[in-house]
Amino acid sequence: MLASSSGSPRPSVGDIFFRSLAGFAALFVLLVLFGVAVALLWRSLPAFQHFGWSFLWTGTWDPVRDLFGGWIPIAGTLISSAIALLIAVPLAYGVALFVTSLAPAWLGRPVGSAIELLAAIPSIIYGMWGLFVFAPLFAKAEPWISAHIGTLPYLGVLFRGPPMGIGMLTAGLILAIMVLPFIASIMRDVFAVVPPMLKESAYALGATPWEVQRHVVLAYTRSAVLGGIFLGLGRALGETMAVTFVIGNAHQLSSSLLKPGNSIAALLANEFAEASSPLYQSSLLALGFILFVMTLVILILARLLLWRLETAQGKAGL
Amino acid sequence: MNALYARRRFWNFFHFGMAMLVTVIGLVVLLWITWTTLRFGFSALNLQLFRMDTPAPGNPGGLRNAFVGSLLLVGLAVLAGTPLGILAGTFLAEFSQGRRIGGVVRFFNDILLSAPSIVIGLFAYSVVVYPMGHYSGWAGAVALAIIFVPVVLRTTDEMLRLVPGSLREAALALGAPYWTMILRVTYRAAGAGILTGILLALARISGETAPLIFTVLNNQFWSTDLGKPIASLPVAIYQFAMSPYADLQALAWAGALVTVIFILLLSLAARYVLYRSQRS
Repeated sequence: MLASSSGSPRPSVGDIFFRSLAGFAALFVLLVLFGVAVALLWRSLPAFQHFGWSFLWTGTWDPVRDLFGGWIPIAGTLISSAIALLIAVPLAYGVALFVTSLAPAWLGRPVGSAIELLAAIPSIIYGMWGLFVFAPLFAKAEPWISAHIGTLPYLGVLFRGPPMGIGMLTAGLILAIMVLPFIASIMRDVFAVVPPMLKESAYALGATPWEVQRHVVLAYTRSAVLGGIFLGLGRALGETMAVTFVIGNAHQLSSSLLKPGNSIAALLANEFAEASSPLYQSSLLALGFILFVMTLVILILARLLLWRLETAQGKAGL
Repeated sequence: MNALYARRRFWNFFHFGMAMLVTVIGLVVLLWITWTTLRFGFSALNLQLFRMDTPAPGNPGGLRNAFVGSLLLVGLAVLAGTPLGILAGTFLAEFSQGRRIGGVVRFFNDILLSAPSIVIGLFAYSVVVYPMGHYSGWAGAVALAIIFVPVVLRTTDEMLRLVPGSLREAALALGAPYWTMILRVTYRAAGAGILTGILLALARISGETAPLIFTVLNNQFWSTDLGKPIASLPVAIYQFAMSPYADLQALAWAGALVTVIFILLLSLAARYVLYRSQRS
């Protein structure tokens, strides 16, 4: 990086050519993102015009009569992602804590690398594991869950149902396992940027390691940790393959988490290629557009939160 | 030992104990998934897998057409995406200092990097499949390229910005034009890092299923015609795993094993390249 971006007083033809080539490539990326939004909106307009705003909260999904509403998959997406985050965030925090400040270097680094490598495993493998290994085991545990947790007041409603192994809760659990390495490695990177001097000062005042983690590390990285969680949420919302296998693909929204449901991504994966009527296809694209807007908002928030740490780091470096 | 001290010590042990427990649980589950893939995959692995095309249920078969289809799609995406990503990354690192456009592109590239892949698939459907009127390999390659580019862009940008300014100044002081300096000095200095980005991006698109389901669809037979639906490994795995037939499910696991090994090797290679360049 140089202070001025042109090398010589008179840029050569090669300079102008190379510079515009690179500029076009960069603009192309902007155009693609813009194009995704415009193309999806354009193609989903028929559905929005036909059903109006009520598309968002109508639960009908009837391809035969050409009546569509997005509420069930929208709610399913939100519920499965919420379950995933509820489980994955504490786990990821623990893993990041272990790797950065608890484990000795000979253990922490390999564990961190292993987690990172596992984050690269494609989501379809998680889905297959969920379907062939986890769901049969979980089906055996479900009668116990219904009998014990299902009888609790208030909360119990969520855990009553037939022991099928697949359903909203299974989808949430598999999603949690999938985003765990992802969130953990972001948190690890975030914790690693805390200046050692700050931590050592706290230790010198007599703080225990947990107090240092709680009042120094977490205080310093709070916004970035939240940003990492939001990135995980963005990933969970749009995750297709890990969910499709285990959510049950039933067009229903029941009070019990043990019953099958659907999410936007799973619905798209299952039905899009077979959507026959134009309105059917447009409704599916409309759901895709809604998913895109939801993740866009979450991801923008995530990046803004993560950037705050980067700027703080830049200032500390000066 | 007073009560306050005992309490602080207790919470310290409690939290670190929980962290350790949670790490063990997380690692066990993740290794369990890997082990399942290895176990089911190896028991279904044989030479037929690479010699025969995808079968109908009950018939012997392999995944030859799916392997070739995936190689074509991923290869096209890499061919198109690599120059685009490197050039755009170069623009950010070398040509956009002090200008708002750099930050804007960087921000939106980060968004595109984490956008759900199924939405990218819908986009490819809308701009390629819909106007053409039929499913095609091209649409899948476009979708994969859109997922590929942001990763390369980001690493290229980061790696180029790590190159010390003094190297550039030395080249410019010798009278090199700016573009020669970039091609012959900064690219060479950041080469290993850029290669790492390409390998990681390749690992990312190799297992992508969602954007292929309704762009390339699937093809049970041998085909290398990108203008028509062709087979691809992730979609074949998806369809066979969802099928009720044990022989097809075994094929799916074999395919999953090949995918996982390929991706892990790529990730390890990426780490090795970066490690070697940092050591020297």
